[in-house]
Amino acid sequence: MIYFIIRRLAVSIPTLLILIILSFILMYSAPGGPFTSERPLPPQVLANIQAKYGLDDPLWKQIWDYTYGIIFNFDFGPSFRYKDRSVNDIIAQGFPVTLTYGTWSFIVAVFFGCSLGIIAAIRQNSWLDYFAVGVSIGAQVLPNFVLAPILVLVFTLLLGWLPGGGWNGGQWQCIVMPVIALSTSYMASIARLMRSSMLEVLNSNFIRTAKAKGLPVKLIIFRHALKPSLLPVISYLGPAFVGMITGSVVIDLYFSTGGIGLHFVNGALNRDYSTIMGITILVGILTITFNLIVDILYAWIDPKIRY
Amino acid sequence: MMNNMFLKNNKYNKLFSNINNLDYIEGRSLFDNARRRFLLNKAAMISLLLLTLIVLFSFIGPFFSQWTNEEIDWNALGNIATQGKPSISTGHFFGTDELGRDLYSRVLQGSQISLMVGFVGALIAVVVGTIYGTIAGYFGGKVDSIMMRIVDILMSIPYMFVLIILMVIFERSVILLFIGIGLISWLDMARIVRGQTLSLKNKEFIEASIAIGVKNYIIIVKHIVPNLLGIVAVYATLLIPGMIITESFISFLGLGVQEPLTSWGALISEGARTMQYGTLWQLLFPLSFFIVSLFCFYFIGDGLRDALDPKDR
Repeated sequence: MIYFIIRRLAVSIPTLLILIILSFILMYSAPGGPFTSERPLPPQVLANIQAKYGLDDPLWKQIWDYTYGIIFNFDFGPSFRYKDRSVNDIIAQGFPVTLTYGTWSFIVAVFFGCSLGIIAAIRQNSWLDYFAVGVSIGAQVLPNFVLAPILVLVFTLLLGWLPGGGWNGGQWQCIVMPVIALSTSYMASIARLMRSSMLEVLNSNFIRTAKAKGLPVKLIIFRHALKPSLLPVISYLGPAFVGMITGSVVIDLYFSTGGIGLHFVNGALNRDYSTIMGITILVGILTITFNLIVDILYAWIDPKIRY
Repeated sequence: MMNNMFLKNNKYNKLFSNINNLDYIEGRSLFDNARRRFLLNKAAMISLLLLTLIVLFSFIGPFFSQWTNEEIDWNALGNIATQGKPSISTGHFFGTDELGRDLYSRVLQGSQISLMVGFVGALIAVVVGTIYGTIAGYFGGKVDSIMMRIVDILMSIPYMFVLIILMVIFERSVILLFIGIGLISWLDMARIVRGQTLSLKNKEFIEASIAIGVKNYIIIVKHIVPNLLGIVAVYATLLIPGMIITESFISFLGLGVQEPLTSWGALISEGARTMQYGTLWQLLFPLSFFIVSLFCFYFIGDGLRDALDPKDR
């Protein structure tokens, strides 16, 4: 097991380095430096600014400094747009918000998705099953950026129950709609996966044996069928988590919640390269870590995996 | 007696004709069976019909519009909620957007872009993913593990963010959007194709080809790829809505195709911004096109899967 974890780590670290170097080269090759503006700066001033940010160093040294800063000091460098703020400040401001509604969405999606899938599988071909399948098909064509306006239309404009946006220090009214918008399509996918794998497990021989022994249904489902049928769901958790973080771009833009997604889009529109790179790399780190956790979890649950 | 003879005779005749006709009875091939199952699938057939109509409409519809997608209707401008309503008499069949441009021609033009992105993305995925996956699966060993490690690495890069960076750093254009979406779309396809190739590789007919000395690339092109077509077709159909969603997502952020060109995502985002001013049609028309088309793609994909892979049912 430890050998497996070490081997997975050995893959993760180069991936991370590639991501950092790739995004740095992208930024380096962008036409127009970060300080080219409408009114050209005097050459001496420009040279001074570039020297301050280390932009006059050769490419390899810039990459080395940037990578070194991230890995050893967790420092993403200064923002090119806001003189008084570093990328770390921006992330520290937005990330807790994103993490709050992201975690809630994740919990909601996994819990309701699994429950819906299990119920649909146990009561196969009942109205509950058809309802679950219908919901999951419907939710797949409603990605978060389509669902968000519909939610606002219904709950804010027609019913007037919930505020149309804002964060208010994490008041629950402000979290409800972002969480629904973010979690629905993932909930649907999880329910679908759960239903089909549960059906497969319920038709297998060891469940038949358990039934023949006369075990109660509850025990069969929770002790014997649940664990093996969770496997495909677990392998889906990695992409789902990444999707939640990516989806925060839409949520922040639409509900003005002020998470990292907002800073990412603003940075993208303002050409604040160091901010968008910092956020990309942060999301990359999260993705890689989460995939690692999921892989380990998978190997731990599934005895058939050789490591 | 006579009666009995006659019956017997009749029976023999029948048997005889049956035997005679035996060599005319054709076996049903895999694809015949699949086509029959697909034609019997009502949801998939209706979706196919609807989707064909939408595609045709998005290309033929512009000939019937009275406004282009750039023209501004100065009569409606400033008074969109009353003057810009959908109506036949003003020629704005779907109403106007907040700048007084005709929504009918804009929705149709956006449909063209969105559908095109979907098809091109899927096409790139099919071509690149199939080639990559078959090579990795067929040669196996070191080649396979290196090629699949590369796919693993690419998969753990948050592509949506990288795509946005690409769109920001280089000029925003449709071509770049195609390239960016194509770059990420083939990864899943490569994995699926590789898995299938691995299981095909050990079948007797491939062994036989190797034994009689057929060249590797001919085995791949002639024997492996045709056997993959079914599963590739299914995943390509299921990929198209994913591509459309990706493009719409980027357009929703205002980073997709540039004005005056538009796409479903951009139209939905515009409509969502203005819905509190009583101009709901600006949201509902693009939204219904988007949702109906995606439904159709999913049902067609599901139908194809059921048809080509009956063990799944």
